[in-house]
Amino acid sequence: MASKIIPKKHPMPQQDPKVRAKNFDEVALGYDEETAVAEAGRCLNCKKPMCKEGCPVGVDIPEFIALVKERKFDEAARVIKRTNALPAVCGRVCPQENQCEKNCIVGKKHEPVAIGRLERFVGDYIVDKDEQPEVAEPTGYKVAVVGSGPAGLACAADLARLGHSVTIFEALHTPGGVLMYGIPEFRLPKRIVQKEIQNLKKMGVQIETNTIIGQIHSLDELFEEEGFDAAFLGTGAGTPYFMNIPGENLNGVYSANEFLTRSNLMKAYSFPEYDTPTKVGKRVAVLGGGNVAMDAARTALRFGAEEVYIVYRRSRAELPARLEEVEHAEEEGVKFLFLTNPVRYIGNEEGWLTALECIKMELGEPDASGRRKPVPVPGSEFALPVDVAVVAIGQGPNPLLTQNTPDLETNKRGNIVADEFGKTSKPGVFAGGDVVTGAATVIKAMGAGRLAAKSIHEYLMAKGPKKEQG
Amino acid sequence: MYQILSKKTLAPAIHQYEIAAPKVAKKAKAGQFIILRVDETGERIPLTIADFDREKGTITIVFAEVGYSTKKLAKLNAGDAVADFVGPLGVASHVDKFGTVVMVAGGVGVAPIYPIAREMKKMGNHVVGIMGARNKDLIFWEDRMKEVTDELLVTTDDGSYVRKGFVTDVLREYIEKEGKPDLVMAIGPLPMMKAVADLTRGYEIKTMVSLNSIMVDGTGMCGACRVTVGGETRFVCVHGPEFDGHLVDFNEQLMRSRQYKTEEQHALNRGGCGCGGGGKCHG
Repeated sequence: MASKIIPKKHPMPQQDPKVRAKNFDEVALGYDEETAVAEAGRCLNCKKPMCKEGCPVGVDIPEFIALVKERKFDEAARVIKRTNALPAVCGRVCPQENQCEKNCIVGKKHEPVAIGRLERFVGDYIVDKDEQPEVAEPTGYKVAVVGSGPAGLACAADLARLGHSVTIFEALHTPGGVLMYGIPEFRLPKRIVQKEIQNLKKMGVQIETNTIIGQIHSLDELFEEEGFDAAFLGTGAGTPYFMNIPGENLNGVYSANEFLTRSNLMKAYSFPEYDTPTKVGKRVAVLGGGNVAMDAARTALRFGAEEVYIVYRRSRAELPARLEEVEHAEEEGVKFLFLTNPVRYIGNEEGWLTALECIKMELGEPDASGRRKPVPVPGSEFALPVDVAVVAIGQGPNPLLTQNTPDLETNKRGNIVADEFGKTSKPGVFAGGDVVTGAATVIKAMGAGRLAAKSIHEYLMAKGPKKEQG
Repeated sequence: MYQILSKKTLAPAIHQYEIAAPKVAKKAKAGQFIILRVDETGERIPLTIADFDREKGTITIVFAEVGYSTKKLAKLNAGDAVADFVGPLGVASHVDKFGTVVMVAGGVGVAPIYPIAREMKKMGNHVVGIMGARNKDLIFWEDRMKEVTDELLVTTDDGSYVRKGFVTDVLREYIEKEGKPDLVMAIGPLPMMKAVADLTRGYEIKTMVSLNSIMVDGTGMCGACRVTVGGETRFVCVHGPEFDGHLVDFNEQLMRSRQYKTEEQHALNRGGCGCGGGGKCHG
C-alpha cells in the first residue's frame, strides 16, 4: 500500500503581499524540484484518470506526474507538449480548481494534487531549453491562422506537428493576444509567453505581426491570392463592453482592455522608459467581479493607487473570478464593495472623473443564470470619490474580420457561428475560442483551437495529397 | 521594419515621410489611417494616410511635431525604419457623386484631405478646396491641392499669405456668394472642425469631419477613442475616423484630447533629445 497521503497541497511560494503590491514581478514563484517531486508523490496514478477528463485539451496528467516523481522532467514536458503547446502559460492561468483538480480522486478526501503547479513547474523547466520539437513530414498544405491568442497558438501547434505549413496573422505588433495585452505581468510574465511562442516558431510556424485580416487581405484573398488551403479564425473577444451610464466618456474612465493593454502590451508601468503613459489615479474603482476586474484592480495598486475598490453588483458568493485571484487581490489591499451597482460617473468642469455614483443592491429571486438577481435598494445612492474608473464587465467579439466577410455567419452578438468541430458557414474556414463562445478562459480557447486543428487536418486529408500548383 | 524611403520637411516641424509598406499600400483608401511605432519602446501613433502609391508600395504620412512621440519620429531620416506599421485602419471615406463638395483643411489637415479631394474629383464632383494655416510658413501642398480641386481658396490667420482670416470666414463667404454646396468635409484641429460644423449647421449643409483621437490598438479593442455621435458612443478606430460633424460631441472630444497633457509634459521634460538619458537618441 502507498504511504499515507499528505492531506494538503505543497504551498506555492509567493512574494509577500505587502511587497508584491508595489511591483510588477510575478506573484507566485513556482515549485523547486524537491517540492515538485514531493507533490507528484501525492498522485495516486489512477487507472481511469478523471483529472484528464476535466482538462479541455486532454493532457495525460498521471503520466506526466509519474515522470516528475521519477525526476524525468524533460520526458514529463514531452508528455504535456503532446497535447498542450503552452504548459508554462496554462500552469499559471488555468482555472484548475474547476477542471483537472476538481476531478482528482485525492481531492475527494483531501486537497487535490496540485496539477496546475506541477504543470507550471514542468513548463518552466523546459521553457528555456533549446529543444527541437518533432514534426511530421510536410503535407504541402498551407493553413492561415488569424489571431495569435491561445486558440490560434494551440491550433497552429497541432497543425504544424501534423506537417502543415502554418502562418499566424496578428493585428498587433507582438504575438500572444490576450496573453500579452490582457493578463498582467505579475500573473504571467511576458518573457514566458514569448518563449512558448518561440517554440512554435521552431516547429516552422510563421508569424506575421501588424497584419489585420479583413483589412489587408480578405478571407477570400487568403485562399485565392495567398494560396492557403484552410483558415482558422481565433480573433478573440476584444471589444470592451461599457455600462452605458451617464458620464462614461469622462477622462479617467477606462475599459479594462485599455487599462491593461497600456500596462501589459505597451509597458506603461515602465513609463517613461516606455513611451506609453497611463493615468495612475489615487482612488480607483474597478467595475465588475471577474478575473479581468481582479487583474485591473491589482494593476492599479501596483501603479501606486492609494485606494482600489472592486464594485460588484452581486455578493461575494457570485464573484466570477477565481478564488485565488480574489484572495490575492484582498491580501494586497483591494477593497470589495459587494451588492453595489454604478449608476453614473460624476466629473468636473475639465471633463475629469471625480466620483462614481452607486446604488446599493440586494439579492432577489434567481435569474436566467440561476444566480439570485440583484435589485436596487431605493434611496441608497451614494457617491464614491474616485479619479480613475476601470470598466471590466466583459468583452464582445472583435468586428473587424466579420464586418468585412459578409458570407461568414455570425449570431446576433456578433460571434462567429461554428459547429462542434469548429466548422463555420464558409468552406475551409474554421473558428474557435472567444470569438465563437464569447469571453471564456485561455484553456477553453486552446481546447477549441486543438479541436479545430483536428477538423482542419481531416478536411485537408480528405482532399488527398496536395497537388503542386503549376 | 518599415523603411522610410524619403523625408521632406514641408514647414517648420511638419514632415512628410514616404514609407515602404507594400501590403498596406495595396489596400489603402482615402480617409483611412495607419498606426506606427517608431521603435520597441514607442507608443502606437495613429496617422491618417496622406497618400499611397500601390505600384511603388508606399504610404505617405505627414505629421506635425506636437508631442514626445512625434518628435521622436521626426528624428528619423530617409533610410531609417520604423519598427511597426499597420493598416489600413478605419472606414474609407464615402466618395460619391454629390455635386459640389467643399474640402476644408486646417493646418496639417491638408495632408489627409488631399487624397479624399482627389477621389471626389475623380467621381466628377465640383471640388472646392479651402486651406488655412496660422501663417505663410505653415502652408504646404498648395500645388497638390490645386491639382485635385476646381477652385482652391487659401487663407492665413495672420494674413501673411493670400488673405487674413480663418477657414470658416472663407467658407462663410463662399456659401454666401455661391450658395450651399452639397457636402462639406473638414479635417484639421478639433476647434477648427467644430467651428466648421457650427457654421454649416446653420446652413443645413451635410458636413463630415475626420477625428484623430487618442488610441492604443486602433482595432476596436481599447475604447480609448470613444466619441459621442448623436448621443451614442462610437469608436473612432472602427466606426470612423469620419463622422457627421453635426452629431459629434466636440466639447467631449476636446476634453478627451487633453487626457495625457501632464504625462506628455513629463516626457518632453526628459531633456532636449527626448531619450531621457537612455542614449537612444544617437545625438
